[in-house]
Amino acid sequence: MSIFVNKDTKVIYQGLTGSQGRFHGLRNRDYGTQVVAGTNPKKAGESVDGIPIFASVEQAKKETGATASCIFIPAPGVKGAVLEAANAGIEFIVVITEGVPSHDEAQFYNEVKTNFPDTFILGPNCPGIITPGECNIGIIPGQIALPGGPVGVVSRSGTLTYQAVHELSQRGIGQTTCVGIGGDPVPGVSHIDCLERFEADDETKAVIMIGEIGGSAEEDAAEFIANKMTKPVVAYVAGVTAPAGKKMGHAGAIISGGKGTAQGKMEALQAAGATVVLNPTEIGEAMAGVLENI
Amino acid sequence: MDLLEYQGKQLFAKYAIPVSDGKAVTDVQSAVDAANEIGYPVVIKAQVLVGGRGKAGGVKLATNEDEAREHATSILGLDIKGHVVEILWVEHASDIAEEYYASFTLDRAAKKHLGMLSAQGGVEIEVVAEENPDAISKIWIDPYIGLTKEQCVAWVDGAQLNPKARDGAVDILLKLYDVYVQGDCDLAEINPLILTPEGNVHALDAKVTLDENAQFRHEDWAEYESTQILDARELMAKEKGLNYIGLDGEIGIIGNGAGLVMSTLDIVNQVEGRPANFLDVGGGADADLLANAIEVVNSDENVKAIFLNIFGGITKCDDVANGVVQATSKVELKSPIVVRLDGTNVDQGRAILEANPNPKVVVASTMLDAAREAVRLSK
Repeated sequence: MSIFVNKDTKVIYQGLTGSQGRFHGLRNRDYGTQVVAGTNPKKAGESVDGIPIFASVEQAKKETGATASCIFIPAPGVKGAVLEAANAGIEFIVVITEGVPSHDEAQFYNEVKTNFPDTFILGPNCPGIITPGECNIGIIPGQIALPGGPVGVVSRSGTLTYQAVHELSQRGIGQTTCVGIGGDPVPGVSHIDCLERFEADDETKAVIMIGEIGGSAEEDAAEFIANKMTKPVVAYVAGVTAPAGKKMGHAGAIISGGKGTAQGKMEALQAAGATVVLNPTEIGEAMAGVLENI
Repeated sequence: MDLLEYQGKQLFAKYAIPVSDGKAVTDVQSAVDAANEIGYPVVIKAQVLVGGRGKAGGVKLATNEDEAREHATSILGLDIKGHVVEILWVEHASDIAEEYYASFTLDRAAKKHLGMLSAQGGVEIEVVAEENPDAISKIWIDPYIGLTKEQCVAWVDGAQLNPKARDGAVDILLKLYDVYVQGDCDLAEINPLILTPEGNVHALDAKVTLDENAQFRHEDWAEYESTQILDARELMAKEKGLNYIGLDGEIGIIGNGAGLVMSTLDIVNQVEGRPANFLDVGGGADADLLANAIEVVNSDENVKAIFLNIFGGITKCDDVANGVVQATSKVELKSPIVVRLDGTNVDQGRAILEANPNPKVVVASTMLDAAREAVRLSK
């Protein structure tokens, strides 16, 4: 099993005709993802390496039956692209683009939530999602993932996700699904959305959660772990030594008003019963230990 | 991007939020001329991007030309917490009956905009929040709907301001919300928002932080660039398009991905080193970008060792290794560089570094080993 996406998920790429969209869209297809369409109003009727291009998401969905989309549109166009996908009835929208204004994020997140409560937005500014061996949407390097479970991964950071997945695969520990939720101020899919689904997924036996400074998503996740989760969680939080008031690369990674420190997040996760590691290269070993005790 | 007070006030004025008449100047004579033109008494205020200006002697009242000259002279060039005053804001002094606090910002947990209003203004809102949280009236605004007048009135009533301030406050807050949303602000704050003895409400200070991601739709922001305070290293990095933050240690840090770089800082601290910077080269870093990154870090006089930490995903370790070889042939390294490569094409990457030996380039196999080695070499 898996969460959110699997081998049957059909995906439309908004921005497939651009260089990033084409590069990653074709890589995703090579991995086995059902990349069924691209969109570009000016290039409708054309194709990208055999993938048909439609004028709109609505049309692409009608012709292909896709339920997911992946957005590689430049930041100024992301708000329009997300709303177009949601209005067309797409249920899972992955936004890879970074640099989206936070007012846009706040606006389209709430508009989609109001009008389409069952639609999920993953990102913006995220690496995407992979169910190893079945479906890879976004920019996660598929070759480092190992199919078959039993570990689910959810992370705010791209490279740290890769690091963690790599550590697991090297030890022969597979993954059910790995979700990069992104480091922006208003992420759609949250840590909790993923933890909830991993808890309900039969094949997932344990979960890795990677957080970073800023906001309170990790504290909220800790509360969820304490009250709702029976499966073990290994957690890592980046940014213990980040100075307050400085944006550490991700727009969301900032300690402000003394809130959102890594220390506070790690303490909350530890108190919730998670195994907290102090550096990302310990994640694999810690998970191996956790799995032995199941 | 943080705005200076006068820039924030000029932005407020565009939205018809009442602010005092004033002028920004950069020399003493212009300050005196501005004071004469505005009419006494005037307040002369240092324009710096740090709090605590008043206590540091950066805000002074002048009742005549001599005082204006004296204060302008003493404040220009003043060092306030490491920020040297280069710009003064001269404005007509206001009589204050009461001081309030008002702001809009994004509440990331709620994923909605948060408005805060308090009858206890003039002090840091964090202090009020800690000592007397009930004194802050909060409102959560759905960005899809916006702030309605009814909501705003109820919010102002909840803050229990002087009844005389009610209408003026509602008017200003509705306008401030427009500044916040249309202006793509991360923060729009007025502290203090004042009530004058005559019953007028107006903004006595302005604190505005802009979301740089929205620069593409604000051509007028270009004028703020010149007053941004960056240190020399940050300036050089910005020119080269690098995501760099200066810190004050001696280990230069370069990595790919914000999370990985943050955790690199952590691990260096864990083995008792102090990072000199945060530098994220991002995904798909090529040889040129790496050379630029190494050049920026290498130019920092405090740096005694460099730690290059790459996890290859889309980025391939052999490309990175070629970048290191190219960079070290172009830039003369002042300090040793410890390279940790892992992930895609790691074996090819390490082979390239072995085939091009350089006494200043050290290859380590794990993050922890690399951090230890960098700290050892920095001593």
